[in-house]
Amino acid sequence: MTRSSALAVEASGLVKAFAATVAVHGIDLSVPAGSVYGFLGPNGAGKTTTIRMLATLLRPDAGTARVFGHDVVRDAAAVRDRISLTGQYASLDDGLTGRENLALLGRLHGHSRAGAASRAGELLDAFGLTDAADRLVKTYSGGMRRRLDIAAGLIVTPDLLFLDEPTTGLDPRSRNEVWAIIRVMAAEGTTVLLTTQYLDEADQLADRIAVIDRGTLVAEGTSSQLKASVGGGALHVRLNDPHDRPAATRVLAQALGGAVTADADPAALSARVPAAGPAAGETVARALSDLARAQIAATEFALGQPSLDEVFLALTGRPPAERSPEEKAE
Amino acid sequence: MTTTLDAIAGTAAARAILAGRPRPARPGTLSVALAFGGRALRKIRRTPVQLFDVVVHPVVFTLMFTYLFGGAIGGSTGRYLGYLVPGILVMTLLVTTGTTGAALSIDLASGVFDRFRTLSIRPAAVLVGALLGDVVRYALASAVVVGLGLALGFRPHGNVPGVVAAVLLVVAFGISLSWVWTALAMVMRSPGAVLGVTQAVLYPLSFFSNIFVIPATLPGWLRAVVNANPVTHLVTAVRGLMSGTAPGGQVAWILLACALLTAVFAPLSLRLFRTR
Ligand SMILES: Nc1ncnc2c1ncn2[C@@H]1O[C@H](COP(=O)(O)OP(=O)(O)OP(=O)(O)O)[C@@H](O)[C@H]1O
Ligand SMILES: [Mg+2]
Repeated sequence: MTRSSALAVEASGLVKAFAATVAVHGIDLSVPAGSVYGFLGPNGAGKTTTIRMLATLLRPDAGTARVFGHDVVRDAAAVRDRISLTGQYASLDDGLTGRENLALLGRLHGHSRAGAASRAGELLDAFGLTDAADRLVKTYSGGMRRRLDIAAGLIVTPDLLFLDEPTTGLDPRSRNEVWAIIRVMAAEGTTVLLTTQYLDEADQLADRIAVIDRGTLVAEGTSSQLKASVGGGALHVRLNDPHDRPAATRVLAQALGGAVTADADPAALSARVPAAGPAAGETVARALSDLARAQIAATEFALGQPSLDEVFLALTGRPPAERSPEEKAE
Repeated sequence: MTTTLDAIAGTAAARAILAGRPRPARPGTLSVALAFGGRALRKIRRTPVQLFDVVVHPVVFTLMFTYLFGGAIGGSTGRYLGYLVPGILVMTLLVTTGTTGAALSIDLASGVFDRFRTLSIRPAAVLVGALLGDVVRYALASAVVVGLGLALGFRPHGNVPGVVAAVLLVVAFGISLSWVWTALAMVMRSPGAVLGVTQAVLYPLSFFSNIFVIPATLPGWLRAVVNANPVTHLVTAVRGLMSGTAPGGQVAWILLACALLTAVFAPLSLRLFRTR
């Protein structure tokens, strides 16, 4: 029965429907042990539903999933011994203090009263929550809550840690802290499976990325594999005057014959370069001279790999979620 | 404040906090239940307002019925108290079980139960643990009712053993009934709706019983309704115990009802909880 598996998660044909909605529509997964694996997808893609099935909280309607070789339905207890989940919405007790939350979970993990208390203190310290430790969680800010929630998942170091949108709603500083925690966890040998709507997050953290849309897996691979799979490259242009962007978009679309997307920077835009190879340079040169002829001044341009944004658009036909400006600002 | 994790990432200190050290053995069912009981007690201590129903409800009903209707229904206030206190005890406990259902439904919606469910503890221990806190509320409610009755002149012939047995019987029934609301909380997602259903069931059951009135004084059809009401049987058994007339048969029926409620609704709740 016990087979040492190099896979933390292997799932095939997972299906889950709620009344009229098919939330997950046949997903196959292989998550290598020891890696950081990212689920990337827009709202309603089925990320949370998939994670809840893998974490034994939801029973799949069809398909099978194994965590370290243990079936998530038949052998749920063995799975629960190896995992912990920090869900999308705070799984904390608002009516208790931060310290009491962690101490209760410590007891439920089998620590003695004293052991639970000292583990709680240690984690509160490590997560910078010592000052707020004895306040009710309902008085915590979003970032403090999120950190406590993640700490609660680490009372006993899990072999597989599920983090459902760990940084949504966090300011850049808190987000960086969470990223640091994830990196430390991974470095210490925990497999991390996280979901995100943000490409930069997947790009930064995940060894492999599964792009999920409408309950199906539309692509899977490393970030550079995903970028390469779209083919071609991209021409990134930064204009002198943001007001020129609509005109520049028209010119580039005509010259390159492909999709042109507006970047977050109001003066910048990216255009797909259809053919890679020797012809590409010539096409790009023609496009740039078209711009000059239209009296549009560019301050910068670069030819590069497509961004994950473009990958996302190409795969799902939709742009990915945008972080709000204050979240994006560094 | 000491160094936080992001400041020490990759260092031996971080490793000490996060590295896989031996996992403690799975906790026993008793320590899990005690941990949950402690959680409930903390919350009660912190927000005594949530005890409003278990304290105010019996006080209002006891005073109102004793002084407004006591003379009219029971002859004298003292005699009526002997009749009323067991009834108020039952009604208070019944209404309090409804709060159990609503509180559980709030817990279920809050996400904290998701975390409990991913731990290697038995799902049964989670639900039993949640119930344990309610037993404290039930005990407190019983103490308020009996204490107030004694202060007003209630002198049960069953003395301490009779009263204790009566309270135990009512609490046992309350726990058994809680399983019904637990199952309901698993099905109905809104705490308000759960509370609404429990009140819509429990208040009529209380009023159309022998809690406040003597069935013999009622018109025939109403008497039939009251006598068929299970609450009437519970109240009769509790009165018997308090007055020291040891109504063995009645008590046995109530215990059977407790066993049936638990046998049906505890496994059902557990099943609904597992497959939620
Ligand atoms: N308990 C439920 N009952 C009914 N429908 C549900 C339930 N949970 C999820 N769904 C539906 O299933 C689909 C997938 O939801 P899911 O929460 O898995 O998406 P997600 O990728 O996590 O989205 P988000 O980024 O918004 O968190 C959605 O259409 C959602 O409305
Ligand atoms: Mg989600």
